[in-house]
Amino acid sequence: MTTPSQTVGPFFSLGLPFESGPFAVTADTPGAFWLRGVVLDGAGEPVPDALIETWQADPAGRFDHPDDPRGAVATPGFRGFARCPTDTAGRYAIRTVRPGPVPGAGGAPQAPHIAVSVLARGLLDRLVTRIYFPDEEANAADPVLARVDPVRRPTLVAKETADGYAFDITLQGDHETVFFTF
Amino acid sequence: MPELELPAPYRRDVEGEGPSLVWPGYGSTRLRGPRQPLVLLPQGLTELTGPVLGERDLGPLDNDLTRQHDGEPQGERIEVFGRVLDGDGRPVRDTLVEVWQTNAAGRYLHAGDQHPAPLDPHFTGAGRTMTDSEGRYRFVTVKPGAYPWRNHHNAWRPAHIHFSLFGRAFTQRLVTQMYFPNDPLFDQDPIFNSIRDPAARNRMVAAFDLDATTPEWSLAYRWDIVLRGRDATPMEED
Repeated sequence: MTTPSQTVGPFFSLGLPFESGPFAVTADTPGAFWLRGVVLDGAGEPVPDALIETWQADPAGRFDHPDDPRGAVATPGFRGFARCPTDTAGRYAIRTVRPGPVPGAGGAPQAPHIAVSVLARGLLDRLVTRIYFPDEEANAADPVLARVDPVRRPTLVAKETADGYAFDITLQGDHETVFFTF
Repeated sequence: MPELELPAPYRRDVEGEGPSLVWPGYGSTRLRGPRQPLVLLPQGLTELTGPVLGERDLGPLDNDLTRQHDGEPQGERIEVFGRVLDGDGRPVRDTLVEVWQTNAAGRYLHAGDQHPAPLDPHFTGAGRTMTDSEGRYRFVTVKPGAYPWRNHHNAWRPAHIHFSLFGRAFTQRLVTQMYFPNDPLFDQDPIFNSIRDPAARNRMVAAFDLDATTPEWSLAYRWDIVLRGRDATPMEED
C-alpha cells in the first residue's frame, strides 16, 4: 500500500541540489578523494539531467544511524550522504572516503561499497546500484557481487584515477550498469 | 567481523504497483530505462540505514513558498499537508520532505523550461520541511498549473507537486508527484498512468479538505505518503 514512485523530471535542480550536497566528507578528512563519473543513455549520449545520490558507511564500517545494532556513531566531518546533479556533459563528482566493510544480510560481511541512487527524467523509479573498489580482496567473497553475472560484475567496480576513483553509469545498452531491487 | 543481528528488512514493493522502467508512452524512458533485469539485493546495513538529514539545514520559511520573496505570488493560495507513514501505519518522524513545482501559470523557474507562460518574480517553487513526531508535514504554496511538454501531440502534464522523501532507511527513499483530485488531464498523461494499478495510482492524488481550509485565506489539500513497511515489527523505537 505504498505511494508509487514517479520521475524526478527535468527540473529538479529547482529544489534538490544544495551547496554542500556533493560532499559526503569535509575537505580536511584524512583519505578524502573524488568519485567522478559520467551518466550515459542507451545511445551512449551523456545524460545532463540526472541526480546522483550516495550513501555509505564510515571508514570503520559504521553508520551514524539508530538502526546500526552496534550503536550510532557520529564521525566528525563525515555525513556519508552526497547528492550531485550531472552537468551538461553528464558528469558528477562526489567527495568522500573509502568505507569499511559492513555487515550484510545474515551477518555475512560485505566488501567496502557505496550505495548509489540514480534519478532522472525518463526514469519512472529511482535506479539503485553499488560502487565497489578495485584491488579489494574482500570483493571475491562479497555476497552481493556473487549474485551478479560475472560478465556484468565489472560495471560495479570503480577505476582508480589521479584524484580518486571513476565510476560511470550506463543506463541502457551493451555495457548497462547492474541495477538492484530490494 | 562478529556476527550481528540486523534490523528487520523492509518489505518489497508489490509487483505491478510500481512503474515500469521502460514505458513506451513516456518517450524519455526509451533510451534511459534499463533493459536488463534488476538483481535482487538482500538488505544489509547499508540499505537498512540512511542519511539523517536535519533541522539544521532548514530556514524558518522553507515550508512557505508564498513568503520567500518581497511580494506575494500570483495564484490560488493552498495548504498541502498530511502525514508520512510506513506501510504498517507508523509515522515516519523527523524526516526531510522536499518539494518543487511550477508557478500558478504552469512555468518552472528553470532555464530549461521553455513553455511561454509568465514567470512570477515572487515565486521560486521550492520548499523543504521536516515531519514532526507524528509524521506530519505542512506546506503553504500556490496551486501549480498544467503545462505542455511535447511528449506526444498536445501532451499536457496534469498539475502536480514533486515530492522527495528519505524515510528512515535507504530502502525507503521515494521521489514521486502529488496530483490534484479530478484533474481532466489524467487520462492522457503517461507518467501518471505508468502506475497501472488504479488503486496505487489514486494514492498519488491528494484529497480536497474543506475542514482544513483557512476561511477568507486559503484552500487545503490533504495527502498522506506511505513508505515501505517492515517485514516484522522491530524493537520499539527509542
